[in-house]
Amino acid sequence: MNPRLTRRRFIKGVIYSSAAAMSGAGLYLTNAQSQSGAAVERLISINVNGRTRRVDVLPQETLAHTLRYKLDLTGTKLGCNRGECGACTVLIDDVTNYACSTLTHSVRQREVTTVEGLRSPDGQLHPVQQAFLDELGPQCGFCTPGQVVATVALLKSNPRPTREEARQALSGNLCRCGAYDHYLNGVMRASGQLS
Amino acid sequence: MPSHDVMPNMELYQPVQVEDALALAGRLAERGWLLGGGQDTYGWLKDRTKSPEAMIDLNGIESLRGVREIADGIEIGALTTLTELANNPLVRERYSLLADAAVKVASPQIRNVGTVGGNLVQDVRCWYYRRGLSCYRAGGNLCYADTPQGMNREHAIFNASRCVAVTPSDTAPALVALDASMVIRSSEGERVVPAEEFFVGPNVDIRNTTVLRPGEILTAVRLPATWANATFYFEKVADRNVWDFALVNIAVAMRESGGVIQDARFVAGAVQCTPRRLVDVENAVRGQPRNEATAQMLGTLASQGAQPLNHNGFKIHLVDSLARRALIA
Ligand SMILES: Cc1cc2nc3c(=O)[nH]c(=O)nc-3n(C[C@H](O)[C@H](O)[C@H](O)COP(=O)(O)OP(=O)(O)OC[C@H]3O[C@@H](n4cnc5c(N)ncnc54)[C@H](O)[C@@H]3O)c2cc1C
Ligand code: SF4
Ligand code: FES
Ligand code: FES
Repeated sequence: MNPRLTRRRFIKGVIYSSAAAMSGAGLYLTNAQSQSGAAVERLISINVNGRTRRVDVLPQETLAHTLRYKLDLTGTKLGCNRGECGACTVLIDDVTNYACSTLTHSVRQREVTTVEGLRSPDGQLHPVQQAFLDELGPQCGFCTPGQVVATVALLKSNPRPTREEARQALSGNLCRCGAYDHYLNGVMRASGQLS
Repeated sequence: MPSHDVMPNMELYQPVQVEDALALAGRLAERGWLLGGGQDTYGWLKDRTKSPEAMIDLNGIESLRGVREIADGIEIGALTTLTELANNPLVRERYSLLADAAVKVASPQIRNVGTVGGNLVQDVRCWYYRRGLSCYRAGGNLCYADTPQGMNREHAIFNASRCVAVTPSDTAPALVALDASMVIRSSEGERVVPAEEFFVGPNVDIRNTTVLRPGEILTAVRLPATWANATFYFEKVADRNVWDFALVNIAVAMRESGGVIQDARFVAGAVQCTPRRLVDVENAVRGQPRNEATAQMLGTLASQGAQPLNHNGFKIHLVDSLARRALIA
């Protein structure tokens, strides 16, 4: 198994077990106040872009909904809302996920990064964002946050991808404007393979 | 048929031990819905086509994840994601057929969360059914796909029985080819079912594609050593390389020795409701060399007995070509 994954799983396992609470019916992934029945509670904390946010979340609520309508992080777009476009791509523990197809309650012990969390504290754009601008990646721009986030994830695990590897890594991000080649140029530039 | 941005109200349980999940699954029965990666689930719920009262999220149960060696082969936890499966060294080394199938599912983001259990238990993709029409599979008394006007390009060419929907899974044919067995638990105990018997067609049960009953959880998939490191071939034909379900896929495992095929398992997906063993093809290639001449000899054997609908006759040629390609690629 990928050593990074194993380590992450292990750490997560530890976090899971320490976050688990005993209730009448057994062990559940929930906070300590949880009472009988052990269904999830609505008021929870999630870690988004390095900050802990307290938020009231319905059991069936998607992360895209929480981010956009409760935390005002509207950089994460909703295109299809069913896992078919990638506009809602966010990082969860550095792995790309569709926020429209993720339950907010499932990210409680994890780190969420949205496009808003990428620039540095002084406001400077993330190298991937800058490279996409330099290569005129965005046309209408709707798919751009998802393309940026998917590229950031790729470069974390593979800092110098081939164009084909980049194509694969971005294949879950649809662009209706068809700006794929520009985005791929952006990936090559961000990884220092294009001067 | 309305589609909504949000899912209707329901409860969510996040057990961390399999016993608690089994107790919940048993208690809630038809009112509960098991949750792996949720990638097949959320569409049903957003469309209001299925309306469970509670979801039982299995992702916190660490014992259901990962790949382990066992006495006779390997065991894959049902909550292992498709990305983990595709990258797992044991799987890649010995059962690359399954890694090759897993990496063809949907898109990278879906594979990052989609589980092997969910991929096997996912429901059919017939759009009439998914949009909530009351067809046979939904408990009604007609099939919308199998009518003169029905859009049935993606539907079955074999073994239809009122319902003409096909198995959508890319990993299912690979697991049948590898002669996997499914470990199923309930609060009453455990049963182990061969992959071929795990999937059922509409002639057996028109409402369910597997033998799983309410209260049961698929906990693991076991791959026997029999087919480890065999010669493998997987190919999926779809309209697009990403997101699209197979029009036809094929998973093949072959044992060669002395220049001939000793034994083989050929399994096609998306041609009927269950992964289809191409038994005639398997018999024909046994004792033959793996080459162009044997491929030619197969002719149209893979499609013998096919009964196409109005718009899916092309699947006949596809399944024949894919079976032949497994011998020359
Ligand atoms: C846009 C899109 C494209 C897709 N393309 C493909 C494709 O090309 N190929 C393909 O094979 N699939 C495809 N899928 C289908 C599916 O999303 C994935 O196959 C995924 O693997 C499903 O796994 P999951 O864990 O997310 O399933 P879930 O949605 O969590 O579960 C699916 C079903 O299985 C049940 N279930 C889950 N785990 C268990 C368990 N351990 N025991 C018993 N029951 C269980 C659930 O109750 C549910 O009924 C696609 C889906 C989408 C949305
Ligand atoms: S093919 Fe099956 S699922 Fe589709 S409309 Fe006919 S009965 Fe329903
Ligand atoms: S909005 Fe999530 S994939 Fe389209
Ligand atoms: S830039 Fe318009 S959708 Fe990609």
